[in-house]
Amino acid sequence: MAFEGLSEKLQGVFKKLKGKGILTEADINDAMREVKLALLEADVNFKVVKQFVDSVKEKALGQDVLASLTPAQQVVKIVNDELVSLMGGTNSKLTYSPRGFTVILMAGLQGTGKTTTCGKLANYLKKNGKKPMLAACDIYRPAAIDQLEIVGKNVDVPVFTMRDCKEPELIAEKAMKEAELKGYDVLILDTAGRLQIDEDLMNELVRIKQRTKPHEILLVVDAMTGQDAVNAATGFNEKLGIDGIIMTKLDGDTRGGAALSAKSVTGKPIKFIGVGEKFDALEPFHPERMASRILGMGDMMTLIEKA
Amino acid sequence: MAFGVKKSFFGRLQEKIEDVIFMRPEIDEEMLDELEEVLITSDIGMDTTMKITQKLREDIKKLNIRDPEGVKTRIKTIVKELIDKGEAHQLSEKTPLIILMIGVNGGGKTTSIAKIAKRCKDQGKTVLLAAADTFRAAASEQLEVWGNRIGVNVIRHKEGADPSAVIFDAIQSAKAKQVDVLICDTAGRLQTKKNLMTELEKMNKVIEREYPEADRETLLVLDAATGKNAISQAREFGEIADITGIVLTKLDGTAKGGIVITISDEFKMPVKFIGVGEGMDDLKEFDPAEFAEGIFE
Ligand SMILES: Nc1nc2c(ncn2[C@@H]2O[C@H](COP(=O)(O)OP(=O)(O)OP(=O)(O)O)[C@@H](O)[C@H]2O)c(=O)[nH]1
Ligand SMILES: Nc1nc2c(ncn2[C@@H]2O[C@H](COP(=O)(O)OP(=O)(O)OP(=O)(O)O)[C@@H](O)[C@H]2O)c(=O)[nH]1
Ligand SMILES: [Mg+2]
Ligand SMILES: [Mg+2]
Repeated sequence: MAFEGLSEKLQGVFKKLKGKGILTEADINDAMREVKLALLEADVNFKVVKQFVDSVKEKALGQDVLASLTPAQQVVKIVNDELVSLMGGTNSKLTYSPRGFTVILMAGLQGTGKTTTCGKLANYLKKNGKKPMLAACDIYRPAAIDQLEIVGKNVDVPVFTMRDCKEPELIAEKAMKEAELKGYDVLILDTAGRLQIDEDLMNELVRIKQRTKPHEILLVVDAMTGQDAVNAATGFNEKLGIDGIIMTKLDGDTRGGAALSAKSVTGKPIKFIGVGEKFDALEPFHPERMASRILGMGDMMTLIEKA
Repeated sequence: MAFGVKKSFFGRLQEKIEDVIFMRPEIDEEMLDELEEVLITSDIGMDTTMKITQKLREDIKKLNIRDPEGVKTRIKTIVKELIDKGEAHQLSEKTPLIILMIGVNGGGKTTSIAKIAKRCKDQGKTVLLAAADTFRAAASEQLEVWGNRIGVNVIRHKEGADPSAVIFDAIQSAKAKQVDVLICDTAGRLQTKKNLMTELEKMNKVIEREYPEADRETLLVLDAATGKNAISQAREFGEIADITGIVLTKLDGTAKGGIVITISDEFKMPVKFIGVGEGMDDLKEFDPAEFAEGIFE
């Protein structure tokens, strides 16, 4: 299954030209068309694809690819390496406050997985020796507070709530005081889903940010998102300023091109991926695995590791 | 929430397409290429995009279209023909009716149920809701809050209960009270999860067995921001259930919802409703003519 998809198509492109001897720039252009299609089919944003293909083309022409015995593999390697480096090269870790009390703010569009991911993150932090607390700052969605309370119970982490308060920034602030007072070292703020074009609600997030000065503002993005991923990521990054991205729902069959798109337009690293609905289904992000996935080459690293 | 952000997505797509058409003095391959780009960046799949532009090319020749205005009218017709499924866009008016809402996680099933329940109630029908998402934290509570707001009853069991049992109970209750419309919420599930898809099959069987006299709708909820994965969703959910329509949610955002066109092209499923906000009135009937008109006008 390894190298299915893109690589096979590239083989096809180059095969036609075998016997002709060396490959030309036109052959590379043909190959780049396949790369472009593969990326678009994986939901990578159109503009991101264009930039990417241009820069890969430059690299491919600049090296000894054309004269090599396995030009298709060479091109796949360049494409892969370029994707990996664009997605950050290596895994980016969470940053904690040097003062010892860290605030993490979760934000994103509706239904992307914020509340569930709050639970997963709390669970992850606990396993890493932290003492997290959750705060319910979604005052809009029906039963959002109940949901976070159940989530908290499931991972055995306390949840701060103020059921009658209509000011999420006040809830966040009070939660912070309470968490510090009681000796917790990480506070995770769950917020309501919102559209990046909704000014009132974006301003609400800005107010929460001003009051709590989070060390990590994490944008939760659904991996099944198509071309719109860049709009959401850009909007949240410009209005709120994000520190990282969590990509959810990667346990399905999406190629997850949204990951590259969101990273590429914000420049902010993807820190974790969600791979299920259970609370242990959170993994640190690995750019090389994601690259293989987007290119349709099978999740080779994961396979190797699991073997 | 999300008030005041209702700028129509059709409007935005239309602006982009007009940019492409009117910025070019003549109809040439380059113009068609750029048009292709617009379609692709609206999440319309590659195959459907090619099909649309290919048809457009042929039509331009065949009909001797010479001006950008003519091209515009032509694409509009092509798109409309692709998405128009005739009568099928309407929700069944027969009673009793049972609606099963299915789809991947977080697409907007529960919220759309509230909107449809409100709509049916406004039409003078009696409505009952079944909280057959017994998995996600506070899913039943969420549906109950909606039920209270709209003034319709909700049948629920404990978290972790068998969803088919909830549906079974809801059907008995619907029969006893002669309810016009019973709407069943289900847990979000990715189409690749075999056991969860089997669970859905079981719910389906319970409905078939227990409520044969009811008319049926199975609505697949799709988030407008979804990319190519929507095709796999339509295919896999379509294998398990006889999908009678699609609810396309979150069209109040910046997502173009071009998946509608791809899905309409590749499957028989008509879009029945569009979601344009988080409130119970933020539901519109899908009108293919308006959709096609809206893109280009
Ligand atoms: N399969 C899968 N489902 C997920 C994952 N993360 C979250 N979900 C599901 O996605 C749905 C939405 O999750 P929530 O946590 O409620 O999303 P949210 O962003 O808090 O939603 P809002 O508060 O309404 O904006 C739920 O059904 C979750 O169980 C994941 O990594 N994989
Ligand atoms: N902006 C906008 N938000 C929507 C729309 N429909 C639903 N939502 C929001 O999307 C989020 C998820 O909606 P739900 O109805 O809980 O989705 P679901 O499919 O039932 O989710 P699961 O049961 O977890 O799979 C909520 O925050 C809703 O308010 C819509 O048309 N527009
Ligand atoms: Mg939430
Ligand atoms: Mg639901």
